[in-house]
Amino acid sequence: MEEQIKQKQVDEPNITKFQIDKSEKRRRLKGMLFEKILFLCTIFGVVVLVILLFDVFRTGFSWLDADFINSFPSRFPKNAGLKSALVGSIWVIGLVTLISFPLGVGTAIYLEEYADKNSWFFRILKLNIANLAGVPSVVYGMLGLAVFVEFLGFGRSILAGAATLSLLILPVIIVAAQEAIRSVPSNIKEGAYALGATRWQVIKGIILPYAAPGIFTGVILAVSRAMGEAAPLILVGAVGYVPFLPRGPMDTFTVLPIQIFNWVSRPQAEFQNVAAAGIIVLLVILLSTNGFAIFLRNKYQR
Amino acid sequence: MLNSQDKSLLYAKEEIIKWILRFFASVSILTTLGIIIILFKETFAFFNEVSIIEFFTSATWAPMIKPRSFGILPLVVGTLMIAVGSSIISIPIGLGSAIYLSEYASKEWSKVIKPILEILAGIPSVVYGFFALTFITPLIQKILPQTGVFNAASASIAVGIMIIPMVASLSEDAMRSVPDSIRHGAYALGATKFQVVVKTVIPAAFSGIISSFILGISRAIGETMIVAIAAGASSELNLNPLQSIQTMTGFMVNASLGETPRGTIEYKTLFVVGALLFVMTLIMNLFAKLIVQAHEEGY
Repeated sequence: MEEQIKQKQVDEPNITKFQIDKSEKRRRLKGMLFEKILFLCTIFGVVVLVILLFDVFRTGFSWLDADFINSFPSRFPKNAGLKSALVGSIWVIGLVTLISFPLGVGTAIYLEEYADKNSWFFRILKLNIANLAGVPSVVYGMLGLAVFVEFLGFGRSILAGAATLSLLILPVIIVAAQEAIRSVPSNIKEGAYALGATRWQVIKGIILPYAAPGIFTGVILAVSRAMGEAAPLILVGAVGYVPFLPRGPMDTFTVLPIQIFNWVSRPQAEFQNVAAAGIIVLLVILLSTNGFAIFLRNKYQR
Repeated sequence: MLNSQDKSLLYAKEEIIKWILRFFASVSILTTLGIIIILFKETFAFFNEVSIIEFFTSATWAPMIKPRSFGILPLVVGTLMIAVGSSIISIPIGLGSAIYLSEYASKEWSKVIKPILEILAGIPSVVYGFFALTFITPLIQKILPQTGVFNAASASIAVGIMIIPMVASLSEDAMRSVPDSIRHGAYALGATKFQVVVKTVIPAAFSGIISSFILGISRAIGETMIVAIAAGASSELNLNPLQSIQTMTGFMVNASLGETPRGTIEYKTLFVVGALLFVMTLIMNLFAKLIVQAHEEGY
């Protein structure tokens, strides 16, 4: 009898302990499974990137040589090259930088240093910039077609394309430059004001030098985004076959992404190799400029 | 000491600079106004020639060849197919990565993964289009041999992959802004990490997460080059994802590759489709913003 009771006392907690263990185990298992799934989601992007790069290099690497860089487009895949697209891209990007840099940085300076934060102009500007960032890039193409190509009479030119892309990346530059300007410590600014400097002297002498790395990083990232854009330029009238080099900003043009699009769209299988070779060139340029921007950001991060 | 003439010169310079900067700032407002005015103007001209009822109810889209027909429905259906298809990829995987990066990953891991996601986000959409056509489509064809060379599924997957980093980074921001005190409170009640994440962090960040989904879908609707390359150009009403479709953006590219002189009905059609696209994405973007604002909680 005593033995039995003792046995029961010993057993009972054991049973409940076992039950707790079981549900606890299930709880832990669920947590572990969840973490594994999340990890797979995170790694998915990395895996896709590797496959994508592998796919592009496998298809295009053997087609990449000096001839490819130095030739004009051709009906024959073996002779096709991206000389005119490369030069066109350099023209467009150069002009985009010239237009969007002063506009974007100027707007950011105005927003951060001049505008009254309670005024209606400031609020509309802020809302407007946030909304512009979400407008699809083809819609900028429509704007470029109607305003730059037709209304201002630029025609289907490099200048029309560059102006369109400048408006497209303007919100990105403004936001990046604003953040950089905001990171300038206010005690340095106030020190300069205390010495009798005017607002512009403070901006020129203190704020811009201090914010420069952040501003440059933002501008490089934005401009490299413009370099990969094709859709708005198709609307503005860049064409896929340009067998000459542009001599000025009013010439017709093509750029790398449009040349690639043109090759991808052709039915002959060999043009896929040519397209892949073009993509390698584009990605090398983009990854090195982006890498440089990220290097700049990390080096000067405060 | 500055004499008064120098001083007034200095002030004048300050004023001029201020006005120049203000002009620069107004360029972004002029951009918005420009977009609205030109889209509205050409849309108005379009509906002078085509009945608005036909536009929204007819199921035949043939604006370029006679007999012309202007039913936008096939393009809207094509666009929605891409939006839904890409969300199936981008929403779960984007949210999953966001939870992992915000709640589980060590700092070192985050430092490795995040730049890779940034690279993924920075790859031009023509490259994704190439990837869809030369890698994803053959892969689908291996499993489902009836799949066409151009199909909605392949383009949707590529668009979804492109949008993952955006959903991930916006959702991660939302979850990071949930204060640790809330997590600690849940731990103190005996919750496991899984329970903390699913029952406290995600609900607390819910509005931000939903808003990232909406912005992702809006981005998919506006995506152009991937669909122009991989989804085809069939403007027939079609719900089969393994067949060729046409989206609104895809139509705009295809139409622009041909001749669309100003004043013609082709030119106006381009703008009316653009106007519909603009309105759709604008409503979604504003909606995403409203959700966040309405649920902004002061912790």
